[in-house]
Amino acid sequence: MLLLPELYMMLLAIIFLFISIGKRKGNVVACGQLLSILGVVISLSSIFFKGELFYGAYRVDLFSQVFKVLLAAGYCLVILMLGSKDEIEHEYIAEFYMFLSFSTLGLMMLVSSVELISIVLSLEISSYSLYVILPLRRAQVQVQHEASIKYLFFGAISSGIMLYGMGYLYGICHSTFLTDIIRVLPKFLNQPIGILALVLTLTGFLFKLSLFPFHFWSPDVYEGASHSTTTFIATIPKIAAAALLIRITSMAYLAPPVLVQILMVLAALSMTFGNLVGLVQRDIKRLLAYSGIAHAGYIMMGILALSREGNLSVVYYITIYLFMNLACLYTVILLSKDGENVTLDGLIGLSKRSPLLAFTLATSAFSLAGIPPTGGFTGKLYLFISAFREGYLTIVIIGAVNTVISIFYYLNLVRMSYSKEGNSVTPLKLSGMAKIICLIFIFFILAMGVTPSSFMGLFKHMVF
Amino acid sequence: MEQYLVMNKLSFPILSATIFIPLAGACLLFFIKHERAVKVIALITGIINFLISLLLYAHFNPDTYLFQFGEYKPWIPGHSIYYALGIDGITLFLILLTTLLAPLCVLCSWTAIAQRVKEFMFCILLMESAMIGVFCSLDFILFYIFWEAMLIPMYLLIAIWGGPQKDYASIKFFIYTLSGSVFLLVAIIAVYLTTGSFSIPNAMYRGYGFTFEYWVFLAFAIAFAIKVPMFPFHTWLPAAHTEAPTAGSVFLASVLLKMGSYGFLRFCLPITPKASLFFAPYIIVLSLIAIIYGGFVCLRQTDMKRLIAFSSVAHMGFVTLGIFTFTLFGFQGALLQMLNHGITTGALFLCVGIIYERTHSREIFDNSGLGKIMPVYMGFFGFFSLSAFAFPGTNNFVGELYVLIGTFSSNKIAGFFAIVGALVAAAYMLLLLKRIAWGRDDTRSIKDMNVREIIYLLPLVVFVLWVGLFPKPFVHTITKTLEHLVTEMQRFM
Repeated sequence: MLLLPELYMMLLAIIFLFISIGKRKGNVVACGQLLSILGVVISLSSIFFKGELFYGAYRVDLFSQVFKVLLAAGYCLVILMLGSKDEIEHEYIAEFYMFLSFSTLGLMMLVSSVELISIVLSLEISSYSLYVILPLRRAQVQVQHEASIKYLFFGAISSGIMLYGMGYLYGICHSTFLTDIIRVLPKFLNQPIGILALVLTLTGFLFKLSLFPFHFWSPDVYEGASHSTTTFIATIPKIAAAALLIRITSMAYLAPPVLVQILMVLAALSMTFGNLVGLVQRDIKRLLAYSGIAHAGYIMMGILALSREGNLSVVYYITIYLFMNLACLYTVILLSKDGENVTLDGLIGLSKRSPLLAFTLATSAFSLAGIPPTGGFTGKLYLFISAFREGYLTIVIIGAVNTVISIFYYLNLVRMSYSKEGNSVTPLKLSGMAKIICLIFIFFILAMGVTPSSFMGLFKHMVF
Repeated sequence: MEQYLVMNKLSFPILSATIFIPLAGACLLFFIKHERAVKVIALITGIINFLISLLLYAHFNPDTYLFQFGEYKPWIPGHSIYYALGIDGITLFLILLTTLLAPLCVLCSWTAIAQRVKEFMFCILLMESAMIGVFCSLDFILFYIFWEAMLIPMYLLIAIWGGPQKDYASIKFFIYTLSGSVFLLVAIIAVYLTTGSFSIPNAMYRGYGFTFEYWVFLAFAIAFAIKVPMFPFHTWLPAAHTEAPTAGSVFLASVLLKMGSYGFLRFCLPITPKASLFFAPYIIVLSLIAIIYGGFVCLRQTDMKRLIAFSSVAHMGFVTLGIFTFTLFGFQGALLQMLNHGITTGALFLCVGIIYERTHSREIFDNSGLGKIMPVYMGFFGFFSLSAFAFPGTNNFVGELYVLIGTFSSNKIAGFFAIVGALVAAAYMLLLLKRIAWGRDDTRSIKDMNVREIIYLLPLVVFVLWVGLFPKPFVHTITKTLEHLVTEMQRFM
């Protein structure tokens, strides 16, 4: 029973598999929505499970269970947001759901894995499912193929590099279990080999997180993939990647400064690059891709603190990032006509067409920019404090400067929807479901900003 | 923390009430369809809040420098962040000014705002909440949240209901002020890591190392100098003031600018006294430049709102000048000037709003020669113009006199230049008044002010005369707090 969320996710995948084989596909969407909500409930119910499986290769603890809830919640939101928009051909919807479930399953396994080979396996289960669904898109003919090829190649290369690093880890420590590695690795961290092994191993997750030198896929993939696939790729794998980064860097609490310096340079470059290029984007999905690169940099601020407090702030930030990013992408989904991409000009007059949607977008944009009283600010505050406490003033100042740079393009989203007057003011009718989802986003973004202690209370017990 | 607070003895948490009543009113608006009902509810909320804030004045004890009406609850335990509120002599009148102006802003937008009334009133009330929050907060994070949260409704006020160049003005305003405050956040974290708590009073007069104070002061000062705005950072202000709707301009000029000078008094001086003394000559020079430069720029303006906006730069120069003389007279003058500028400039913006509603132009030429056409209006406008250049008997005279006494007692040359600035102020305000009153022969028929407009200007007239002729209750209330500041500062001189 320890594996309840994973088993349920696998069950979902199988159900969708059978639906896709069968002939009647009438209510796939409604069915998927119901089942995914149930998935959140099941993960919540299993949050206090504890135990080890498969000879210690698989650990179920509060850390992994909380992340599974986040993954299930993200999965559920992605499925709910997909709704009835017809950007993916209807006959493929069941397959699409199936692969999403498989990918989520892989990520759930990933956050529980504490052994190198099971980490690789879970990561690949999740990635391969994504490789398959990336080209599924009706609107454009060319872009999604480019996107899927890029994702596949970059994914494969980064997996290769990660395996290379894991090979070194095994070579040093003679074990694939993280618990053994923790014991042996610190002795080697003063030598280049230790650092090299660790950094190379991190690559696979930095790729998922789209940190600076591993970010090349993200703008094209965001742009090319269908909106629903983008919402998934933009958030859910990043959650799991953050979890694994925490697991792995917590092996290196006593690391020499050079490891921190490497991570710091990556973080600084990632923020600055992401925000600067973000300034000139017109396509909202591309803009969010660059914003994602910048946010990967912010998240690294917590990781490189190499402290319990830093990990805590990373968990907090990735949670709020899930909500604010999905909220932004939801606007894109609802605004897009026939599944085409939405540019900044497409937002013009949004506040008149649908006040609620405009407000959701504004809240999430302000949150992404890190302006109180939204969760984005509180998360960033935690990250700043944890990096500052370890004495890394430089990265905090770079982060602060970047906040200023980024405000311009986030504000642009608000500006377009509020202050520009458009010609077409056809009201945008939101369904009841859409309204509820918008309110959920607004609630979480504001709640995480104003009462962080309620979330922190839970997270505090899970990190190491 | 408790040792800095006199806890609230009233039967209800009065400071929380003044912060959250506007917020509750704003939320209430969402459930109301009828436009007129929206305006009435916004107005009632504003008035109720003003009446409650009068209780603050009634129960304020002027014989202590401690923070009064204190409220203190843990908020985010992990980082010792508290929900800590309290006011002292510095903030009491700023809060009263805010609560007074909010209903007036609702009244002045009664007919001027035709579209999206509900959202407009929502923004006004949200602004009021956030501004009172800034003045009450005794916790850095709480302060910072209110400080930044203020930007969002203000941005929307300019961006949605602004003039022709609202897009440019609003985004410039937002980015300018935000970029200042981000460094404020870094400085706050630095102070937190040194003192171990986010409490503001706890961080005061601690005698940090000079290098620490040096950098923290700079980070603080940039944020506050942008808000004031001091001379090289003032460029957002004319655009934002000119393009904002009347209510927005009033809030901007009367309260938002005070946040900057309030920041200097509350943060820079007590937390980084040594650095404040070190940087004082530079700040004084910048203030003098602002006073004189602002004055001369005003002489050449053709747009009424722009002129008043630049005159704000000059007036706020007096405030920062007063603060950085480190004398009791300087502090008192600065604080009085903050209030006076809020009242007078707010009133002038209201006057411009009244005429703009009728002629749809802010150009001086289009609005000249109104003396015969709108006698009542000219009466009010003339009165506030006199007050703006510190005519004896009006509020600004008292404030500027205090500042000048403070300045002359510490630095004669600075005093001399300030006097020159005061003269220029008389020149540009009289020039404006002359053009508006006599300007040209005109037989246009423009309706004079109606009762609603007279009602919302009258309270301000009362205050102009009250502070101008009998400033004692004001000075008495603020003195104890400022004396404490002076004595603490002298330890570091």
